[in-house]
This record gives sequence, C-alpha cells and structure tokens, in this order.
Amino acid sequence: MTSNPDPVHLANHAVRLSGIVKSFGDGNSRLTVLKGIDLDARSGEIMMLVGPSGCGKTTLLSIMAGTLHADQGGVEVFGTRLDKMKSAHVTKFRAQNIGFIFQSFNLIPTINCAENVSVPLLIQGTPARKAEARAKELLAAVGLGDRWHHRPTQLSGGQQQRVAIARALVHEPRLIICDEPTASLDAKNGTMVMELFDTVAKAPGRAVIIVTHDNRIFSHADRIAQMDDGQIVEVHDVDKSRPPELHH
Amino acid sequence: MLGLALKMLFGDTAKYLMLILGLFFATFLIAQQSSVFCGLMMWTTATLTNVPAPIWVVDEKVEQVNETNPLRDTDVARVRSVDSVEWAMPLYSGIQRVRLQSGSFKIIQLIGIDPTTLAGAPVKMIEGRLEDLRLPNTVIIDDLAVKRLAKVRGQTIKVGDVFEINDIEARVVGICEAMNSFTGGPYVWTTYERALQYTPASRKMLSAVIAAPRAGFTEEQVVEDIRRTTGLKAFVNKSFNSSPHDFGTSTIWWYVKNTGIPISFGTTVIVGFIVGVAISCQTFYAFVLENIKHLGALKAMGASNGKLCLMLIVQAFTVGIVGFGLGLAGTTLFAMGALKNEQPPFYMSWHIPVFALAVILFICSLAALLGIWRVSRFEPAMVFRG
Ligand SMILES: Nc1ncnc2c1ncn2[C@@H]1O[C@H](COP(=O)(O)OP(=O)(O)O)[C@@H](O)[C@H]1O
Ligand SMILES: [Mg+2]
Repeated sequence: MTSNPDPVHLANHAVRLSGIVKSFGDGNSRLTVLKGIDLDARSGEIMMLVGPSGCGKTTLLSIMAGTLHADQGGVEVFGTRLDKMKSAHVTKFRAQNIGFIFQSFNLIPTINCAENVSVPLLIQGTPARKAEARAKELLAAVGLGDRWHHRPTQLSGGQQQRVAIARALVHEPRLIICDEPTASLDAKNGTMVMELFDTVAKAPGRAVIIVTHDNRIFSHADRIAQMDDGQIVEVHDVDKSRPPELHH
Repeated sequence: MLGLALKMLFGDTAKYLMLILGLFFATFLIAQQSSVFCGLMMWTTATLTNVPAPIWVVDEKVEQVNETNPLRDTDVARVRSVDSVEWAMPLYSGIQRVRLQSGSFKIIQLIGIDPTTLAGAPVKMIEGRLEDLRLPNTVIIDDLAVKRLAKVRGQTIKVGDVFEINDIEARVVGICEAMNSFTGGPYVWTTYERALQYTPASRKMLSAVIAAPRAGFTEEQVVEDIRRTTGLKAFVNKSFNSSPHDFGTSTIWWYVKNTGIPISFGTTVIVGFIVGVAISCQTFYAFVLENIKHLGALKAMGASNGKLCLMLIVQAFTVGIVGFGLGLAGTTLFAMGALKNEQPPFYMSWHIPVFALAVILFICSLAALLGIWRVSRFEPAMVFRG
C-alpha cells in the first residue's frame, strides 16, 4: 500500500493530497468545488484550513477523512491510499485512525458523557466496561472527570465540545479532523477548547487538521493553509513568538 | 454497540413508551380478539361436548350441530341395523322456553336422552344422581341454569326445586357441569320421551341418533357404513380438524362461512395490526430521524452499515418483544377474568400467541427496514453539514 517506504517520509507526512478535483451536480448545474488541490499535513502539527465560506474547506476535509470520494487525485493518509480502497475498508480505516470533532458537537443526547466518549472504542469492538473506563480517563484529561455521568444536554456548549474532544482522542487516532470546532462557542470557551488542542490533542505522530474561519484561534496553528474558490492560495508556518496576524 | 443501541432506545423514554404501547395494543387486540373468536367457535360446538357420544347421525341436510332437521323415529332402528354399530339411541336437542316465577322467560337448551342407557347424559355431576332422571317429571340442569333459572335474580335454584318448561312441571334432581352454549341458554337434560312432552308437538321430533362403534371398528369406518347403508349423515365427535367427518369441525366451518362473526373479529384483528404498524413504524421512523445525525456521526466515525443495521434491528426487536410480552400478559389478565365469569368466551390455542408474535415481528421488521433504508441513504460526509 505504501508507495514510499522511507520512514522519515512516513513520520512527517500524515496526509498527502495531490491533484484533488471534486464537482457536485450534473450538466448545467455542475459545480466544481475543488479545482486541483495539493496539500500535505504533517504529524505533530496542528494545521488550519482557512478561507471564505463556500470555498470548499468542508469538502476537502471530508475527502481527507475518507467520508467523501474525490473525482480525481490521490488521497494518502499515513501511507495508505484511501482513494484506492474499497469503501468498507475505508470505513474500517476511519474507525482505527481518525478522530472527529464537529461544529455542532454531535454527541448523543440520550446517553451520558462517558458512554458518548466510549463510542469510537465500541465501534472497534472494545468491551463496553473497558471502553468506559478509558472514556473516564479522557474526560478527566479534558477537565470533566467529575461530569462523566451527566448527559450532554446538562453541559454548556464549551463543556460539550470538550467531551467531543475526549471522544475524538479516546481510541488514540493518528489523525484528528475538526470542522469549525469553535464556531458555536463564545470567545472564552473557544480559547479553552483550543488550549486543549494544544495540550491534549497535539502529539508526536498525530496530525490535527482544523477547518475554521475563526481568526481568534489562528495563533494555535502550526501551519495555516489559505483556501479560496477551490484552490489553495497560500500555505505558511505560524511564528508563535509573534502576536497573530489577520488573514483577510 | 448493541448495548449502545439499547441505551439510545431506553434513553428516549417518550418514544420508547410509545413504541411499547403501540405493540402492546396490537398484541392485545390480536390475541384477545382471536381468543374470544375461538372461544365463541368452541361454544358453537358445546352440545357435542356436553352430550358425549362418539358418533352423531343427523338428517342429510344438516351441516352443524345447532341446526335441527328432525329424523323419522324409525331412523334409530335403521342405524342400529348397521353391522358395525354397537348401540344407537335417540336424542332430542332443541331450544325451549322456561317460565320463571317472576313471569319472565328464559331460553334453555333442552336435551332428551334414552332413559334406560342414559346415553348422552352429562359427563360430570356436581350434585344429585343421574339415575333420578328416570323418576317422573325430572330434569338435570347445568351450573349456569343454577343462577339463570333462579326464582329471584341473585338467588340460586337447588335440587328439589321446580320450574316450568312450556307450562309443564320440571323438578330438578341433579346439577352438572356443562360448557356454555353459543345461544347463551343453559343446558337442561331430561328423558327423550319427556323432552317431547315439553316441546310443542310436530310431526317429526327426533333431532339426532347418537351411536357408538362396535369393538374392532373405527369411528370413521362406522360413519362411512351409516352413510352408505342409511343415506343419513353421520359424523364422528372428536376434536377440531381430527377427521374430515368431524361434527365439531363441520359446525365451526359452517359458522365461519355463514355468519358475519369471522368478519367482525377479523376486522378488529386487522385494526390491531394497523394500529401496530401505524404507531410502531411511525414512532420508530421518528426515532431514527431524530437520531439520524448521530447515526451519521457513528458512520463517519467508522461504524459499518452492517453494525448500524444491527443496532436498528436490536432496537426494533427489543420493543417488539417487550410490547408482545406485555400484550400477552394483558390478554392473560383478560382471560382470567373471562374464565372466572364464564363470559365472554375465551379459548387461546397455542397458535394464537405464535400468530401474534409473528405479526409483531413482522411489524418490527418493517420498522427496522424503514430505519435501515433511511440510515443507508445518509452519507457520512453529511455529518459535517449542520
Ligand atoms: N453534497 C453537495 N452537493 C452539492 N453541492 C455541494 C455539496 N457539498 C458542498 N457543496 C457545495 O460546494 C461548495 C463548497 O462547500 P463547502 O465545502 O461546505 O465550503 P466551506 O466549508 O468552505 O464553507 C458550496 O458551494 C456548496 O454549496
Ligand atoms: Mg464548512
């Protein structure tokens, strides 16, 4: 499955996208959303994907996550070519390697936080009791150790997103995919969530990719990929010693 | 994952209870109505149970036991002359009126049997002696008559009491157990000759000939012999569907074909089915729709379609089994009441709960399929879109 067995390459390049093209619709209403995208994401880094609304960020994220098929181009995640795999295998790959964080949290309201956090482990077939014990550890790591028995609806938005972070990490995936994780939160909670990304989510051997147009959080990125109209217009490293600059 | 499925189900208390309620009603309506229907059909054959004779011989045109088309008196002898017949006795069976002291009339099922052999006598006496039926103007009544024919409502009639059948005196010498009849009238036994006295005279009075096979002959053989040699219609008296010549079976089919009873009960059963389908499928679909975002998220997180299907199946069948169990428990409570009051008729053969279970499982499969269809249309990429 690996085209290049170089260990340095594997360690550094978590995600490699090459020539990604994606269109929606047919005939006259056909809309090309991604127009040939090349992008790498490295392990141990937080990469943010920024750009105006409708420029194709979520679509690109879905392709990286293997929940959407590109029309053209290569999708390689930790050396595995997702675009060449059968969809059942991609599903299994996702279960083992990817953690998800959504804008609207997507926690199941009828079960408690520990049960919610244990879901990725349950999907992998871990016994419920073991999964919940691990879930409680993760909840403690995001500062909600004493709230494990609460239902998500009993928590604030910021707390719910922290539960979602715990869920995204519980099975120790190598890639974390987040779509607008702070868009539903106020500034204070947004900052708290991003600090968790820095302290808990970011780890050697793990890549974090965050789609956002929330410029308050840009300073938490290691690299920022700027998108516009289905293309990557600029990728640059963030100098963390300087105050964040705004990207139009 | 299956534990998760159940937690999601029980977590949504309102929908869970709604689903249970729908399937409870469906089970209850189906099982209870079918049982009452079967009980009623059993009642149509009550005379065959209460007058225990292995073989019944009736007029050619008779199709069921509650229909009388009298035979000639000489037909008893004709049946007796059939080689394979051990014995044959006359039987009177008819609906008559009893006048109570209060002046009101009650209907009874009057049975007249041969006084010497007492063939066709009640199976189980509660009080009194069967032989006393040979005394003048005597009758044996069943336990229903004890209340029904009382002088004053709420009282009972006892051995030694007297009432009138068509203005002729009848003295109670015994009380027996009997199955309720379809017409609702209690059973009253007397001798054949006296039954004719109680009854307004007509040209032919012999309702049936009851008979038994000679040793070495099966009932079916004897029935064939009687049919062939006398031209009369002969039936065996066994249980439902035990033989093509069973009188009870013939009676029940007659009621099924010639009355509106199956239609009215069948309608209720269908209503139960529709209620079950409507409430359960619609609630389950609402449950799936409400959870579609979360099921989609599970899909994105790597849950296979197969696992999600299994979750939905477990959820649907869990409510199915619980609803069915409660429905059957409800039916049992109803049955206990019915058997205690001897009203309404109730007979639950093992087919009924099995049938109800099959219907409930069908409804659950439908609900699960509906959910699976909805979930399979949900692309995992959609979870990122609000
Ligand atoms: N499933 C789809 N069918 C049709 N059009 C879509 C679909 N998904 C996204 N689009 C379109 O693609 C464009 C990019 O969408 P999206 O990736 O969500 O942008 P962003 O996340 O940057 O706001 C939008 O114009 C959107 O309407
Ligand atoms: Mg978006």
